[in-house]
Amino acid sequence: MPINYYIFLSLTLFVIGIIGVLTRRNAIIIFMCIELMLNAVNLLLVAFSKMHYVTNVSKVTNAGSDGQLFVFFIMVVAAAEVAVGLSIIVMLFRNTHSVDVNFLNRLKH
Amino acid sequence: MNALIFSAVSGVIMMFSSFLLNNKNSVRVLAHVLLLATIIANIFELRGISFFHIDTRGMLEFDRFALLFTLVANVCTFAFFLLSSRDLEKIGNHYSDYFSLLFFILAGIVVSSSFKSLLMLFLGIEILSIPLYILTGSDKRNLKSNEASLKYFLMGSFSTGLMLMGIALIYGATGTFQTGITVAEKVPVLLITGMMLLLFSMSFKVSAAPFHFWTPDVYDGAPTVVTSFMATVVKAAGFIAFMRLFAEEFGSIRPEWKLLVGIVAAVTLFIGNITAVFQQSVKRMLAYSSISQAGFMMLAIYSLSNDAKEGLILYAAAYSLATIGIFAVLVRMKDYTFEGFNGFAKQQPFLAGILVVFLLSLAGIPLTAGFLSKFYMLKATIDGGSLALAIFAVLMAAVSVYYYFRLIQSMYFKTGNATISGTTTGFKYTLAALAGITILLGIFPNLLTNWLYF
Repeated sequence: MPINYYIFLSLTLFVIGIIGVLTRRNAIIIFMCIELMLNAVNLLLVAFSKMHYVTNVSKVTNAGSDGQLFVFFIMVVAAAEVAVGLSIIVMLFRNTHSVDVNFLNRLKH
Repeated sequence: MNALIFSAVSGVIMMFSSFLLNNKNSVRVLAHVLLLATIIANIFELRGISFFHIDTRGMLEFDRFALLFTLVANVCTFAFFLLSSRDLEKIGNHYSDYFSLLFFILAGIVVSSSFKSLLMLFLGIEILSIPLYILTGSDKRNLKSNEASLKYFLMGSFSTGLMLMGIALIYGATGTFQTGITVAEKVPVLLITGMMLLLFSMSFKVSAAPFHFWTPDVYDGAPTVVTSFMATVVKAAGFIAFMRLFAEEFGSIRPEWKLLVGIVAAVTLFIGNITAVFQQSVKRMLAYSSISQAGFMMLAIYSLSNDAKEGLILYAAAYSLATIGIFAVLVRMKDYTFEGFNGFAKQQPFLAGILVVFLLSLAGIPLTAGFLSKFYMLKATIDGGSLALAIFAVLMAAVSVYYYFRLIQSMYFKTGNATISGTTTGFKYTLAALAGITILLGIFPNLLTNWLYF
């Protein structure tokens, strides 16, 4: 398959994620949309990695492998972010019994 | 490498100290000793002696610029420890954990200021941000702190997503994560898009307009001690990473982004300064002032010359020292509004005098470090070919004098009973030493900038 399909697919996922972050009001759903953005990037990185492998394999034997390595790092960091993010949401829920971000406007004034 | 390993190991040691040491004083002393060791190890590396020889596969490069900034960040953090470590106790029960998170942030600062690969940029920025999300929310029972931390977390991870998409597109265009790309005559669309996404996400991290909207809320809601660290050392680290990224990765396609960065700098200066004028709380005023100072630091990225590099280091030092000093006094005040400072000079003439030095430095009055760092920025901008931007920056600096002097006015020329608690003699002398450094750097900036060369 040509690389364009992969680019379009992951850009679509990424934009769905962005729209979700900007429009949804539930903290957990916003968080899921952010994860969707990260996974769109993972997909794109793997596709690019394969593309660079096919074009450069005659020159370098491990061409494109760094793209796949990057994916692992994104997964690790995303896991760390989930741990911190969910605990922040839980802490908020304990105090307000809500995860609605519209509720959070105390700081404006 | 020295500073990276020392600060990461110190973070782990501080984590263990929470159950090995049951005395808060010893935890605090341990943190100071570990940070001092990190500073000394970093100075050794700056003098060419590295304790560790680790092959980073060209992903990290500890050049003098990175090492000097690490030194500045560590010394500012040490000043922060000396002034405010007792106030960290008041946030919550997990005293040693706060120190260990601060050490992890320092490790992130080293990585993000010495990256040679976009992978390391991403990891550095994340190592630096994730502990900050926790520190922002560390006042668990306070709703404002909770809200600030959630907002910071959502905004931060959103901008991380943008950054990763940018990196992926650049990888698609160039096939490598190493910085220092060379492009043929026609710049690929993927590269330009990736560059724009990275510009947006870095602007988020350093709170440059139009991506600054989270800053005042988060800085206001976070515990004041944490704000003091977040607005100074971490923000300066963001700028070093920003500068390194745009100098090394996108240096060859400079015409494509120069105008955009200039516009971002001008808008940041405008919004930061104009909004700061209308604030009633000193804490919120300092948050907006940090946005306007970010506008000045953006000028370094606009011009990218040697002067800009020296200026950015000097700016980081001058701005961090002054702001840490003001925040250290602010934490101890009862009332955070401007009225809360009325009559401060009558009660604490010594502290008020020191605050004046810091405020003058932030406003950029001659004989202080703030003046020279602004001067370097403006010189670099004019050499970079934009007189109009430099004139605009000077006008905005004139606006900033208004809100800094408003604080001086409340302290000296208004009557009231400002209440401050917990000022020990040691605290006063440390603040005086910071003010001394501010003036010293304002007269002999070479003391700092010479380290870049020998």
